[in-house]
Amino acid sequence: MKKESAMQATAPKKRRKHWTSDDTELTLLGLPAALWYAVFCFLPMFGLLIAFKDFKITAGKSFLYSLLHSDWAGFNNFKFFLTSNTFFELLRNTILYNLVFIILGILIPVTLAIMISQLFSRRLSKAYQTMMFFPHFMSWVVVSYFVFAFLNPDKGLANAVIQFFGGDKVMWYSKPQYWPFILIFMQVWKSVGYNMVVYLASITGIDTTLYEAATLDGASKFQQAIHITLPSLKPVIIMMFILNVGRVFYSDFGLFYQVTQGVPNSLSHVASTFDTYIFAALQSNVSIGKTAAAGLFQSVCCCITVLIANFIVSKIDEESAII
Amino acid sequence: MPESSNVAAKKSTFRLNDIKPGTNRLFNAVFTLMSVISLFPVLFVFMISISSEKAINRNGYSLWPEEFSLSAYAFLWNERGTIFNALFISFAVTVLGTVIGVLLTTALGYTLSRPGFRLKGVYTWMVFIPMIFNGGMVANYVVVANILHLNNTIWCLVLPLAMSSFNVVICKTFFRTSIPDSIVESAKIDGASQFTIFSRIVVPISKPVFATIALFLTFGYWNDWFQSSLYISNAKLVSLQALLNNMMKNLDYIANNPDAGLSLQQYKNSMPSESVRMAIAIVIIIPIACAYPFFQKYFISGLTVGAVKG
Repeated sequence: MKKESAMQATAPKKRRKHWTSDDTELTLLGLPAALWYAVFCFLPMFGLLIAFKDFKITAGKSFLYSLLHSDWAGFNNFKFFLTSNTFFELLRNTILYNLVFIILGILIPVTLAIMISQLFSRRLSKAYQTMMFFPHFMSWVVVSYFVFAFLNPDKGLANAVIQFFGGDKVMWYSKPQYWPFILIFMQVWKSVGYNMVVYLASITGIDTTLYEAATLDGASKFQQAIHITLPSLKPVIIMMFILNVGRVFYSDFGLFYQVTQGVPNSLSHVASTFDTYIFAALQSNVSIGKTAAAGLFQSVCCCITVLIANFIVSKIDEESAII
Repeated sequence: MPESSNVAAKKSTFRLNDIKPGTNRLFNAVFTLMSVISLFPVLFVFMISISSEKAINRNGYSLWPEEFSLSAYAFLWNERGTIFNALFISFAVTVLGTVIGVLLTTALGYTLSRPGFRLKGVYTWMVFIPMIFNGGMVANYVVVANILHLNNTIWCLVLPLAMSSFNVVICKTFFRTSIPDSIVESAKIDGASQFTIFSRIVVPISKPVFATIALFLTFGYWNDWFQSSLYISNAKLVSLQALLNNMMKNLDYIANNPDAGLSLQQYKNSMPSESVRMAIAIVIIIPIACAYPFFQKYFISGLTVGAVKG
């Protein structure tokens, strides 16, 4: 609050010392949303207490009562999760997939955006954008049916093509070696049109006189892309980069869970991530405290990565930092 | 530069600086391919949904079925009790959620955009903290199911998705940049309260941002299956997406309404199971496929507004 009033003092016209009816009205206007935040964002943070408890249900009492009267477990729940055999696998899968997604999610859409901005026909360009945007609006459940139509071992198109060329059927859903590629392909398939449009929006905002000047100086199209378009896209690329690096400990649950048909055991080495692990634990009889500990570990890592990413970016380029 | 084709000639400023016609053709080929890859699965799933069960069993899924059949859609019509119920839940959740979400988000966004507001700092932190830290899946589950006891009600599908800090920031940035302070100040001098200003002045001149937020929410709710899979066990509250999700695991999930004269087992055996699930996927896709080309521009404007540092 102090910082806030100091900031207001520097803006002389807006200076206000007393609580006015205006403030009351604005507070009330924002109050329903504030209540929502309290219940659905901040109450769960309090709920994280459960990660430090050896949670036991007290018969006949409310959940909160049971929570507060359970024994403290200290960091035992975390120790259980961090020393379990699956932990390393989850960490590796989550981070490696995210790194690949981040790199491809910048390289491919930026290249395509530069290409599509050069097409002669505006109408065709719009049509391509609309068609490529389409997968973004599909839920992962629907996408999992698309994938199933191709990879169904008996009836799918993929095996039909393989058999047509004299190969043997592949039992796709039990062969882990193919799945990193399938998952990466599906992620790119779903997001490429959307990301391309984001970058294209920035490309159309670039001052055209820059290109005119470059043409007069004899710059080729390729040189213009490298020396004008890419530098102009830098802030957007950096922003998307921070947003995604901040989520490096999160995974798109729908992608990993739905597309693999619920992460069967045969695929768990290549397709299980923190989120699928937590979801599976929530459905099974693993104690809720241990599951919450896994979730809290993920949230804390995430928070740290966001802050670090933002710090690094603010050192490189003050303007591009988001916090 | 010889390559001023008709189309290029229309763009007056840039004729000198166009790519070569050959490159243009190459790029067009690339984008045609990308577009086909984007849309092909839908077409394929649609063809499966109108294949006859016999043809599927004989040849597998094929792009041009040996024998066409609408039996999958007939079956869905036969099960219209379940389908319409799921459709109703999907619609109800989408409409309720969008209305509640838009009201909460824009009202908060507006308060944050007022420069002199005393609680602005508090509200800003309230919006900002969840962007970098959250309780995670388990804690959310505990709050909704064990503390609020919302599971197996429609509210557990509506409320948790109603707001996101990203949407609030979009609104705040939009109001900050597009509503002149002078309008608000003069309305205040005329004795208008902030509620009146918001509903009579801000809402009418901010239609684009309302449309953007409403669309984000609409598609979010329509496509949501995750809340259902966490909180819903009552068959009456299953949405279309959740129905599709359940059918992937259990093909005859939907077959619970046998006609008179057939035993449940016979009825289940008569179900064109492969094409039915593809048909439900098509039922989900159609409203989106028809709507999104018209609303696409609001998505893009929302993204670019959100990208402006607030």
